[in-house]
Amino acid sequence: MHKKPIVYPYIPNSVPEIKEAMMKEVGVTDPMQLYEEIPEHLKYHKEMQLPKPILDEYSIRRHTEELLGKNKTCGEHLSFLGAGCAQHFVPAVCDEINGRGEFLTAYVGESMGDHGKWQALFEYCSLMGELMDMDILSIPMYDGGQAAASSLRMANRINDRKKVLVPATMSPDIFLIVQNYLNSVPAPEIQIVKIGFDANTGLMDLNDLKNNLSTDVSAVFIENPSYLGFIETQAEEIGKLAREAGAEFVVYTDPISLGVMEAPANYGATIACGDFHTLGLHLGAGGCQGGFIATHDDMKYISEFKDLMFGLTDTMQEGEWGFGEVLFDRTSYGSRDKGKEFTGTSTGLWAITAGVYLSLMGPQGMQEVGTTIMQNCQYAAKKISELPGLKVQLSSPGFKEFVVNFDMTGKSVAQINKHLLEFKIFGGKDLSIEFPQFGQSALYCVTEVHQHKDLDKLVYALQGAVSC
Amino acid sequence: MARQKKLLRDNYHQARWDEPMIFEMSVPGERGVLVPLACENIVSQVGDGVSAIPANLRRKKAPALPEVNQMRVNRHYYHLSQETLGTDVTLGISEGTCTMKYSPKVQEHMAARHPGIVDVHPLQEPDTMQGILELYYKVEQFLKEISGMDAFSLQPGGGAHGVFTNASIIRAYHRARGDNNRTEIITTMFSHPCDAATPNTAGFKVITLMPDESGYPDLEAMKAALSDKTAGIMITNPEDTGIYNPRIEEYVKAAHAVGALCSYDQANANGMMGIHRAREAGFDLCHFNLHKTFSAPHGCMGPATGAIGVKEFLKPFLPVPRVEFDGQKYLLNSNYPESVGKVRTFFGNTNVILKTYMWIMQHGAEGLKEAAICSVLNNQYFMKKIAEIPGVVIWYAKGKRRLEQVRYSWEKLKQDTGVGTDDVNKRIVDFGIEHYWTSHHPWVVPEPFTLEPCESYNKEDLDEYVAVLKQISKEAYDDPNLVKSAPHKAASHRPTHEAIDEAELIAVTWRQYLKKKGKK
Repeated sequence: MHKKPIVYPYIPNSVPEIKEAMMKEVGVTDPMQLYEEIPEHLKYHKEMQLPKPILDEYSIRRHTEELLGKNKTCGEHLSFLGAGCAQHFVPAVCDEINGRGEFLTAYVGESMGDHGKWQALFEYCSLMGELMDMDILSIPMYDGGQAAASSLRMANRINDRKKVLVPATMSPDIFLIVQNYLNSVPAPEIQIVKIGFDANTGLMDLNDLKNNLSTDVSAVFIENPSYLGFIETQAEEIGKLAREAGAEFVVYTDPISLGVMEAPANYGATIACGDFHTLGLHLGAGGCQGGFIATHDDMKYISEFKDLMFGLTDTMQEGEWGFGEVLFDRTSYGSRDKGKEFTGTSTGLWAITAGVYLSLMGPQGMQEVGTTIMQNCQYAAKKISELPGLKVQLSSPGFKEFVVNFDMTGKSVAQINKHLLEFKIFGGKDLSIEFPQFGQSALYCVTEVHQHKDLDKLVYALQGAVSC
Repeated sequence: MARQKKLLRDNYHQARWDEPMIFEMSVPGERGVLVPLACENIVSQVGDGVSAIPANLRRKKAPALPEVNQMRVNRHYYHLSQETLGTDVTLGISEGTCTMKYSPKVQEHMAARHPGIVDVHPLQEPDTMQGILELYYKVEQFLKEISGMDAFSLQPGGGAHGVFTNASIIRAYHRARGDNNRTEIITTMFSHPCDAATPNTAGFKVITLMPDESGYPDLEAMKAALSDKTAGIMITNPEDTGIYNPRIEEYVKAAHAVGALCSYDQANANGMMGIHRAREAGFDLCHFNLHKTFSAPHGCMGPATGAIGVKEFLKPFLPVPRVEFDGQKYLLNSNYPESVGKVRTFFGNTNVILKTYMWIMQHGAEGLKEAAICSVLNNQYFMKKIAEIPGVVIWYAKGKRRLEQVRYSWEKLKQDTGVGTDDVNKRIVDFGIEHYWTSHHPWVVPEPFTLEPCESYNKEDLDEYVAVLKQISKEAYDDPNLVKSAPHKAASHRPTHEAIDEAELIAVTWRQYLKKKGKK
């Protein structure tokens, strides 16, 4: 007996009678005739080897729940992982708005029918602008790594110099992204030089910086707060040295720190960048990152942004906001390979969410969240450093992360973390491969989501881990 | 009072909230949300916390963010969402080349709400996130089968990002062979702009071939451009015109003959699943947009994924870490010394990968092929109906069947009535339909519009869309000013400046706007 064809709920014209009527309308009797332009030998004549489908919605849901159920989570565990993806409080309204179907499923529509999308993204830029104390942002980028890489490309186009100086403490992942992005054919055109640091503080070695600074340096890049958690307290001086050498001063920052830390622009950054995943977004197994670049209002910078910019304007209707494309020919949409780098689909929904977050938080919320983070973090660092054999590696003040050294305990980070897991705790990120000079060290991240009892539990569990 | 069933929503009006900027809604002292404060015990031991920041790095002036109560913030963004035509509320047929298919709600509910993805940290020990790694591993296996390629990376965060990564791999491959002479990439005008822009970003000189008179890339021109300097060709097929190039093999063979690699931009792959694969066409690299062909939503421009596929000999160059399976456990492996490194932090947009996984699992081989067939069937039916509308011209390749989309032209309408594609595109939202996609720049086809009625739309949806275009065409002939002054019923009217190029008019943030208006 002939198998009854499946009618798929997401493929309405799979209803056999309708499909047949439409085929008749376009003059084919067999679906493969639709493909007469593809030569027979280029067609795939076998059946793809894919799993047997799970057709009904209940069963796919069950199947997916079982798959995701294999993961342990930072909800049922206490997590101290950070290193570029940190757990922060997500207001319910953020989830509410990014779950709105209109935002979730919109794309590249113009500013009349998609007025709300244009305004929401304009507001994202505007709210970030206040946080950064800078006037210019484009719509967002893939992540902080892309933002760092593009910032350095912008600097190169602005001053046509071929060397960038970065701290040796910078995020190794972002370094890899930057390295690939600054590469060229046949060989790298822009040289990346890592500047050394003080092993006790983590701070940049200013002598090494000065030795490498010259008129061929395009940009000096720092992270503040840094990947290893410390605040680069010499930032202002580094910026001064950079600008004296005619280089751009690029500061990679964590936006959630900016209620309490100074905006990079106010200590000399000419280009500020970073990842806004900390503003109202979940961990999402790394799927909620988003990048931004901010600069001052100067055509020298504005014309070097690579992504779309939505400009506020009027409409034919008196008193109505309208939006237009700013310097569209900058982009690869406008000018293909003559545009600045390339643009494309990035993280619009997350940018809208970051805007919602900043709208909810206001100036006071940002100040308070920064304060709570620093207090919790300092408390955790203090308690951990009091444990026998444990040492907080770097003496500089930090924002939300710090390095814990386990060398004196005779245990590896892997062993410690295994023990912590038994207490349903995810210990800090193991740094022993990325930064072998710190021995058995881990990067601990503490934020506003950690309560007093959580931190005491960590200290208790660590005590057990080192003494067992 | 009986109502006749009708196709045309001529009584439609979009939400128009006349919504202020969030900054204009600020009331000093209002709070949108309260955040956790450190408890007394902690404060008594560490003090205010922020004194640790050196004075010159402490925030001196609070950011001028608005102060708005929670209900108003929520209402404000609801209003903005209602002023947006996502595919959940409109016919996404408009955005040709973008494959605006239905993104099943069950996927979204899992991806946005299940703690097994929402609350997972990407740096957890692999043992504690086996489900996430299994997802990546299995989606890679599925895409290998769908494309015929040998390995995939799901790291790139968008389609253009995937193409950029492919350009990076081409660069790394030639360099690893010690061949530093290959400095050029060839692409075609009807390939997506990223096929030209990303190799340029990667440092290549880009050669763009114009179409011949039939709309195909010019094979002779390509042969003339190929040399021992060619690193690769990066092309789309079918191109944005929807025309499949039946001689694609000859392009690939010609490129291979000079030692170049061939990269297949498969952003337009929706009509080809189970029908045609990159492998059979001879390509070395390809990419899929998981937010297009595999149903993940577009989210106002992301998050997205440009999954890249390569043949075995290029696998060592893929980004790290790679998700692998040792027969018992999934693990992350970064031990690929020839890798291009990373293009994105961690391993990618996991939410997009989950949706892709679910969509493929719900359809299987047969369902994927059915989706492809129905998308092409829809397109050919649609094209036949649109061809009957006065003022429309089907550009290129007369009588040839298109695959999943068509580039149309209002050239005749423009000549007859003065109403061009930009005008029609503004009128179309008055009927509740999203602005359509005209064409990437430059417009080779005059007065272009590009529609893609993928498998999500039923016959009645297609007929509604045709009825709207027919109505606008009629209006153009009867009352062109009605169309030229549109939209009339959308969330906002025509902007005074659609292209803003003068410095004094640029206001990309509220603060910049206020400064320019002398209000700050």
